[in-house]
Amino acid sequence: MNPALRPDLAIIGDLIKPDTRILDLGCGDGALLSHLARTRGVRGYGLEIDPANVAACVAAGVNVIQADLDEGLADFADGSFDYVVMTQALQALARPDLAVAEMLRVGREAIVTFPNFGHWRARWAIMNGHMPMTPALPAQWFNTENIHLCTVADFEDLCRKSGWNVLERVLLDRAHHRGAAITLLPGLFCEIALYRLRKPANIVPVG
Amino acid sequence: MTGTPPQHAASADSVGIVVPRKFAIEQPLLLDCGRTLPRHELMVETYGELNAARSNAVLICHALSGDHHAAGYHSDSDRKPGWWDSAIGPGKPIDTRRFHVVCLNNLGGCRGSTGPATLDPATGIPYGPDFPIITVRDWVRSQALLADRLGIARWAAVIGGSLGGMQVMQWAIDLPQRIGHALIIAAAPKISAQNIAFNEIARQAIMSDPEFHDGRYYAHGVVPSHGLKLARMLGHITYLSDEAMRARFGRVLRDGDGQFNYNYDVEFEVESYLRHQGQSFVDRFDANTYLLMTKALDYFDPAREYGDDLAAAFRGATARFLVASFEADWRFSPARSREIVKALVAAGREVTYAQIDSDLGHDDFLMPLPEYHRVLRNYLSRVADEVGT
Repeated sequence: MNPALRPDLAIIGDLIKPDTRILDLGCGDGALLSHLARTRGVRGYGLEIDPANVAACVAAGVNVIQADLDEGLADFADGSFDYVVMTQALQALARPDLAVAEMLRVGREAIVTFPNFGHWRARWAIMNGHMPMTPALPAQWFNTENIHLCTVADFEDLCRKSGWNVLERVLLDRAHHRGAAITLLPGLFCEIALYRLRKPANIVPVG
Repeated sequence: MTGTPPQHAASADSVGIVVPRKFAIEQPLLLDCGRTLPRHELMVETYGELNAARSNAVLICHALSGDHHAAGYHSDSDRKPGWWDSAIGPGKPIDTRRFHVVCLNNLGGCRGSTGPATLDPATGIPYGPDFPIITVRDWVRSQALLADRLGIARWAAVIGGSLGGMQVMQWAIDLPQRIGHALIIAAAPKISAQNIAFNEIARQAIMSDPEFHDGRYYAHGVVPSHGLKLARMLGHITYLSDEAMRARFGRVLRDGDGQFNYNYDVEFEVESYLRHQGQSFVDRFDANTYLLMTKALDYFDPAREYGDDLAAAFRGATARFLVASFEADWRFSPARSREIVKALVAAGREVTYAQIDSDLGHDDFLMPLPEYHRVLRNYLSRVADEVGT
């Protein structure tokens, strides 16, 4: 066990079965992949755009492929991974809906995390006439990379409309705990949402 | 030796003065073209010590116009070091304190290895156009014989850029048990029609030179220097990006007076530069070897024997791969490197891919770009740890 593993990565790590294949989109310094390789025999690749992160992955012995997630996953075949994971990047993509669809094309399951824009702090800021600057969303409106923020309810709407099955939903505060308040009023108290998704089994057209 | 060595050869991160050695490979070598070379000689340089376990050897494969002299200096009076001195040396990414680095002049070369300028034992005159066409696979076979000779059963890594990267790919496919890591830099899984077209113009430039004499120019005491110079000038344009040429030369005039001369002499700086590059190439390179190298590039296509499925070609490979490309490189563009990566992923191989931000073009693979060298250094440092050096 790596004591330094980020709490959200530790939670994801616990969802991954041993000896599987994983694609980690926006893998950062490769901490999750390196942890999974060491502890669960999980093999796979990370995609990362930032050169310093790529170099860090290389130093950690993680298979990293330098790529821009907005260009899609065209280089990966359908169903070639057990899991496709993306942490805290969905809201920064040009088309989050297409990104999740691509994740479910390439992987049997997709695991995504994103900041919940419906958290009470965000709502409070807007009530007071300002875009939110919260511990989970620290940047200003003009320099944030987050161009497609959504609430937990928005994301679940997208899942419903797209026909994605939600296998698991984990709602956390920013310390990555599942507090009583979140259980009571998830849309208001969740700061970081994690979803495990699966595409419904393909219906083979007849004829 | 007189005087003190210049600072460069004596500097702490240089391998210093190096001495090439010639190895005779006495085993016959069956070539892709169907012919057999009964024996051949290879010019080799090595840097750094081979460890007791013989596990720390690294092979450097050279590109179109490269040779065995990858690092260091041949004498104190050398003005320039070997062609990849930026990356090879004590403390450099290919660290000679940890690795035993081997670089050779490939078969068919013109820097001491058996090639078209070598005397054909059957006739007693230089092979010239009768020298067999050599392929990338033939090079790998020849390099494997050299490895046997050096007592190296398995390379910790095989490393190469451009045409050198193609040799690395072929090693990983043909001799998987003999290579731990494959570092494929600024390469392509096969060259495009556009690339073959550039090569063909280069060849035509050489072969249409009146001094070419059907490749038997040695007997006439001449060289097709005009054609070879043109070939090199053309090549050079393709190794640089439009932006790099703009930045380096722009439309600056050769004469400082700022006036057009309205004639066919050198007017712009870029013309002067290309002529200089062409001329200095003619002084060190053999035209028949140039023809041979361009053909090796054209023929390279490892997927061909696997139903044109590159992933199938890589399925038997066991090496771990590092693939790197450069943004400004249009001759071997990042898209071509991504084809290699895609096939490796499809084959389930271990691969890392770095796409380096760059300005110069194809020649960036020889430059000490910090982002590039950081990836190389980090990768090879793990390789060194792995082989216990």
